[in-house]
Amino acid sequence: MSVIADPIIDPKRALRAARIAEFKSFARRFMRNPLGMVGLVIVIALLVCAALAPILATHDPYLPALSDRLAAPGAEYWFGADELGRDIYSRIIYGSRLTLLIVALVIVTSAPVGLVIGAIAGNYGGWVDRIFMRITDVFLAIPKLLLALAFVAALGPGIVNAALAITLTAWPPYARLARAEALIVRNSDYVNAIRLAGASDFHIIVYHIMPMCLSSVIVRMTFDMAGIILTAAGLGFIGLGAQPPLPEWGAMISTGRKFIFDQWWVATVPGFAIFIVSLGFNLLGDAMRDLLDPHLRQRR
Amino acid sequence: MTAPRPPAVRIIFGIASWLLTVAITLLGLAALTFFIGRVLPIDPVLKIVGEKAAPEVYQRVFLELGLDKPVWQQFWEYIIKILRGDFGTSFSTTRPVLTDLLNFFPATLELSTLGLVLGVVLGVPMGVASAYWHEKWPDHLIRIVGLIGYSVPIFWLGLVGLFVFYYRLGWVSGPGQLDVFFVGVVDRWTGSILIDSALQGEWEIFFNAISHMTLPTILLGYYSLAYISRMTRSVMLDQLTREYVLTARLKGASEFRVVMGHALRNAAIPLVTVIALSYGGLLEGSVLIETIFSWPGIGNYIYSSLFAADMNAVLGGTLLVGVVFVFLNMLSDVLYRTLDPRSR
Repeated sequence: MSVIADPIIDPKRALRAARIAEFKSFARRFMRNPLGMVGLVIVIALLVCAALAPILATHDPYLPALSDRLAAPGAEYWFGADELGRDIYSRIIYGSRLTLLIVALVIVTSAPVGLVIGAIAGNYGGWVDRIFMRITDVFLAIPKLLLALAFVAALGPGIVNAALAITLTAWPPYARLARAEALIVRNSDYVNAIRLAGASDFHIIVYHIMPMCLSSVIVRMTFDMAGIILTAAGLGFIGLGAQPPLPEWGAMISTGRKFIFDQWWVATVPGFAIFIVSLGFNLLGDAMRDLLDPHLRQRR
Repeated sequence: MTAPRPPAVRIIFGIASWLLTVAITLLGLAALTFFIGRVLPIDPVLKIVGEKAAPEVYQRVFLELGLDKPVWQQFWEYIIKILRGDFGTSFSTTRPVLTDLLNFFPATLELSTLGLVLGVVLGVPMGVASAYWHEKWPDHLIRIVGLIGYSVPIFWLGLVGLFVFYYRLGWVSGPGQLDVFFVGVVDRWTGSILIDSALQGEWEIFFNAISHMTLPTILLGYYSLAYISRMTRSVMLDQLTREYVLTARLKGASEFRVVMGHALRNAAIPLVTVIALSYGGLLEGSVLIETIFSWPGIGNYIYSSLFAADMNAVLGGTLLVGVVFVFLNMLSDVLYRTLDPRSR
C-alpha cells in the first residue's frame, strides 16, 4: 500500500483525510483570533462548571442558613449569601446547568423546525413558499420578548415553558436562512442530476439542502445562544422563568433587587455571570462567522 | 408576452400588493394573540375567574367569552372587536384596555424616542469611525463597547446604574417619572411629561423629569447604540471600498468630505432601515427598563398586568407594540423606496 491513498481506490479514507486537514486549518485560523479564543474559554468554563458543579460548589445551593442571611462576600461566602443565607457562589455554579438546559432546549427545537420549514419552502417554491414565508414574517414582526412573555403568561411559568416560548420566537431566522440556501441549491446541476436519477424531495431536502445550510446555521446558533441566555434571564427576572428555589441567574437578580441598595452583591453577582457567558457566546459567534461565513471566506 | 403595464397602473399594483402584505401580517399578529389568549390555556375561563369560582360565574364568563361557539367564529368576532378598538376590559384597572394603553403609551414613546436619539447621535459617528479606522485601535475599542452592549442584561445594568448613580453618587433621581410631590401637578396635554411641563411653564418639574429619565434614557441609548454602531460599521465598510470613493479622493476631496459627504450619504439609505428597526427594539427593551425604573409606560403596565393574571391587558399591550413594530417596518420600507433613487 502506498503512503498516499489513491482517491479513486479509497474515497472514504481520502474524504476523512480531507476533513481532518480542513479541521486543522480551521483550528489554526481560529487560534489566531484572540477574542474568539476568549469566547471559547468562557464557553468551555461554563461547560466545566455545569459538569463539575457538585465538586466546584462550596455549599449546598438549596440549604438555607438563616443566621447568615445576606452575609457579605468573604472567606466563608465568596460572593456573599442571599436572603435565605444560601451561598451565592454555589448557586451560580449550579445555575450554569439551568442556563445550559434552556439554551439546549431552545436550540434543539428551534433550529430543526426553522430548517425544515425553510428548506421545504425553498424547495417547493410557489404557494407553499409564500404561505410559509408569510407565517415566518408574522413571527419576525412581533417583538420577541413580548411574545415569549404573553406565551408564558398563558401557559404558566416554568423552565420548560420559558424554553418553549423562546423557541416560538427563535425559529424564523433559521427558516429564512434555509430558504435562501434552498433556493440556490434546488436549481443547481447536481441537484437536478439527483432528481433525474429518481431521488425524492425528502431525500433532496435532507441530504442535499440541509447540509448546505449547516455552516451558516452554526454561526447563527452561536449568536443566538447569547440572545437566548438574555431572554431567558429576562423571563426569569420577570418571574416567568425558572421558579424558586431553582438557582436561575435571572431569578436570582430578581430576588436581589429588593436588597440592591444595602446588599448589592445579591443582585450584582448573578448579573455578571449572565454578562460573561453571553459575551462568551457573542465572541465565539463573531470568530466563527469570520471563519465559516462563505461570503466573508471568498474575499480572502 | 403581455404588454408592459403603464407606470400609473404599476404603482397602484405595487401599493395594493404592499398593503395586502401589511394586512396579512396584522391579521397574523391578531391570530397569534388570539391563539395565546383563547386556545393555549387549557381553560381560559379558569384563567379569569380562578379555581374557586361558583358554577354560575363560570358559566356566565364562559358565555361572555363565546366559548360555546366554534373557534372560527370566535376568531372572527375577535377580529371585529379589535377593529372597533375593543380590546376587552382590564380586570386590574377595570377600564377598557385601549384607554389604559393610550394612557400609558406616550410615556413609553417619550423614553424610547430619547433613547433612539441618543443611540443615533452617538452610534452613527462611532460606526463611521470604526469603519474608517478598520482594524485599528478605534475600531477595536468601539467594537468592544458594542459587544458589551449586546451581551449585558439590560435590566441588570439598570439596577447597577441605580445603585451607583442614584444611591451612591446621587447624580440622578431614582425610580418613577417625577418626585412624589410633583406627581399630578402638570395637566396632561400630550402625555409626554417633558413637553407638558415645558408648555405649562413648570420648569422645576421639567428639570425634575429630566433628572428622573437620564438613567433609563442612557441605558436605552446604549442598548440601541450597540446595534446602530455595528450596522453603520458594516454598511460603511462596504461603501468605503467602492470606486466612487477612490474617484473622490483622486479629485482631491478632503478626507472628511469623502467620508461624510460621499460614503455616509450613500450609507444613509440602508441606515434608515436599521434605525427604524432599532426603534422597535427599544419599545421592547423598555418593558424591562420600565419595570426597573417604575416608569409609567406600556412595559410597566404589561408587567403589572401579568401578575394580576390580566390576560386582556397583556395581550392588548402585546398587540399594540406588535402593530407599532409592523408600522415601523412599513415606514422603513417606504423611506427606503423614496430615498433610494434606484428603487424608484
